[in-house]
Amino acid sequence: MAGRAWKFGNDVDTDAIIPGRFLTNWNKHPERLKDFCFADARPEFAAGVRPGDVVVAGRNFGCGSSREGAPVAIRMTGVAVVIASSFARIFFRNAINVGLLPLESPEAAQDIRDGDLLEIDAVKGEIRNLTGGRAYAFKPLPAFLQEMLAGGGLARYVQRRLGITDC
Amino acid sequence: MGATITEKILAKAARLDKTVPGDIVNARIDAVIGHDISGTAAFRELEKMKVSSVFDRDRILITADHFVPSPTLEAAAQFKDLGAFVARYGITNWFEQGRGGICHAIFPEQGLIRPGATVVGGDSHTCTYGALGAFATGMGVTDIAAAMALGEIWLRVPASVKFVFDGAMKRMVTAKDLILHVIGRIGVDGALYRAMEFAGEAVRSLSMDGRFTMCNMAIEAGAKSGIIEPDEVTLNYLRERTRQPFSVFRSDADAAYEREYRWDASQIPPLVALPHSPANAAPAAEVRDVRIDQAVIGSCTNGRMDDLRAAAEILKGRRVARGVRLLVFPATQAISLQAAREGLTEIFLEAGATVAPPVCGPCLGGHMGILADGETAVSTTNRNFAGRMGHKNSRIYLASPYTAAASAVAGCILDPREVN
Repeated sequence: MAGRAWKFGNDVDTDAIIPGRFLTNWNKHPERLKDFCFADARPEFAAGVRPGDVVVAGRNFGCGSSREGAPVAIRMTGVAVVIASSFARIFFRNAINVGLLPLESPEAAQDIRDGDLLEIDAVKGEIRNLTGGRAYAFKPLPAFLQEMLAGGGLARYVQRRLGITDC
Repeated sequence: MGATITEKILAKAARLDKTVPGDIVNARIDAVIGHDISGTAAFRELEKMKVSSVFDRDRILITADHFVPSPTLEAAAQFKDLGAFVARYGITNWFEQGRGGICHAIFPEQGLIRPGATVVGGDSHTCTYGALGAFATGMGVTDIAAAMALGEIWLRVPASVKFVFDGAMKRMVTAKDLILHVIGRIGVDGALYRAMEFAGEAVRSLSMDGRFTMCNMAIEAGAKSGIIEPDEVTLNYLRERTRQPFSVFRSDADAAYEREYRWDASQIPPLVALPHSPANAAPAAEVRDVRIDQAVIGSCTNGRMDDLRAAAEILKGRRVARGVRLLVFPATQAISLQAAREGLTEIFLEAGATVAPPVCGPCLGGHMGILADGETAVSTTNRNFAGRMGHKNSRIYLASPYTAAASAVAGCILDPREVN
């Protein structure tokens, strides 16, 4: 599935992704966050983004607060992949935990232009730029995290450890 | 090859003989902290996981500081939900409104954070506790819920970077100026994924309040944690607060640092961080003709007794400039009370300040003083991202309590040594 790139710069902070004023009791209705994603930083994003689109940014994406509402807001818009030169560490953990795939690729982050059509090949470990006719490698997730994801993520891990069967 | 304090604490937490940077370990957690946003959300994740009890109800520390007193119906519901979760999971260390304050001030104040501990928290400024010689880092609510359930969490052992401040700080230069200097030099991702270890004569001369300020802002350089080796100052602070045992770790002389920075603290003037990045450090004296609409003194960075005393030193016998709103947020109930007993509150009120309850307030653009379109604030908080304190076109200058108070009096950004 191909999606369009939404290009951002360096040091995109979590206040830019989802301003603090929208965070009260956010995970009671996480789907509501999608309307406020990048509300101040890029007001046209929430209305224009389509499922399958990709957020592309420079260095230190998601710096600032530990708010998990930030990757959730992006995920709720239908975006499933963020490509960046590097990620802030709390955002990286949070993204993994909420099913938003953070792909580290300085080459892709630099080359991709706003609106480029992208295709992610998870098997080959490749980001393909259908507009620019180029492909970029991304840094694979640590083996430990790949196993965690293959097992259904952190919440399922906790449940297995405690012998909880989800129904 | 020796080990850093961080590597030693994480080895203890993981029940290993040693750890090296890059190791992924399963760390045993001594305390999990949360507040009205992250705590409520983490308990809700626990509920979604169908986890009916926490690993240790005495080791989960919860306060309400972000959206209290409730400014909206949503916030009121959130506070009510948090109270219900706390009761349901039997949390013993629950600091509700009137008994608590800002998480990173109240938990150390109550003796609940101790040297050698591994602490994770649903707040990015959890790194504050490194000031006590603990390993402490912020996480999101799924991780926090997992830590609450299991008492363990996976961690990648960070490489350590050492920041040494030699010499003695000049008058009206504070821990805030030192940390703004560090971030200004290395940038907002200058310590990404690293442990920042602060050392040297100037750091050892800091009170605990100053040390909390320094470690608090480690996250603004992208760090996983900030830490200062415990010494007599640390032990004296703990002596008054806890009888629980703890382990004091120190870095070995031959520990491996990825990098070491060394500066002369006597050369550092009062600094501000210009909009919209904590890394935009500049001497306050060189920032001319920046008129301010609001000054904020408080937060998990600078809302402790030393901070209030510094502000009062400037404000005593002076008045806040016309057209400027000065907001003072003592960080905890006890600090608020102490400020009143010492006469600081009276000084603030006489100066024309608004003295607020012990909450985060406008720091995150929540309530109690958010900024309008085009307004400018000087603030002792930790972030000046665009829109952080309100309107997207507002501007924040980060500064120490001395500089913020002096600027409030002058009506524009001012080096506190120049106040009339």
